[in-house]
Amino acid sequence: MATIIIPTPLRKFTGNQSTFKVNEAGTISEAILSLTNQYTDLKKHVIDDQGKIRSFVRLYLGDEDVSALDQKADTRIKESDVISIVPAIAGGIY
Amino acid sequence: MSTHIKTSTLQLSASGLEVVRKDAVKAYPDECCGFLFGTETEGRKITLAVPVTNHKDGDKRRRFEIHPQDYLRAERLAAEIGLDLLGVYHSHPEHPALPSLTDLEMALPYFSYVIVSVKSGKVVDERSWKLNESLGLFEEEFIMQPIHLS
Ligand SMILES: [Zn+2]
Repeated sequence: MATIIIPTPLRKFTGNQSTFKVNEAGTISEAILSLTNQYTDLKKHVIDDQGKIRSFVRLYLGDEDVSALDQKADTRIKESDVISIVPAIAGGIY
Repeated sequence: MSTHIKTSTLQLSASGLEVVRKDAVKAYPDECCGFLFGTETEGRKITLAVPVTNHKDGDKRRRFEIHPQDYLRAERLAAEIGLDLLGVYHSHPEHPALPSLTDLEMALPYFSYVIVSVKSGKVVDERSWKLNESLGLFEEEFIMQPIHLS
């Protein structure tokens, strides 16, 4: 089973669970979808209105930025894979 | 709708505060940024601050950005050392320690956002802010004065 790591600030939407085990084989997108189907309050923080990954969120497969992978979020995952949800951290003075 | 106002407090260790202030001075006139770690068993207590590179492409005097790899490392560090990742700090060179619209737009729930005001290269103020998600606003967290041991 592949694992998704939930970032700390979003754990209140997963009942304080830091990880999520993906049951079915499939792609990164499908894994994220099974997560957000289980924790619906998490959904708006990860997925936008068009059903895509929000622009404020990055996905990492191990140490690789998913957007840099050939098949991006359509990449198929193995049992040992770890997907991390990485929120954008930025700001400024105005 | 409840009109109850919650006043939360934040304890910041003397050593953590020292790291944040030094980073703000070192980065000046650019913005600095870093992560805050600690515990939440008896209120929120920041015991460790770790600076990271301001990765903003462009004007670092007015903007900061943390690289996703640095974020990943911070989550891993928290798990390794058994602390919670509780927030982010950054500085406002020549501006007050008040969150900007950009800060609000990018704010995540749960995190404490410590902002340090630096004027003419000196730290003049630090304040902490936490997103109230239902109101879409920042609420200030009262920073308790660190206790100096020894
Ligand atoms: Zn700011």
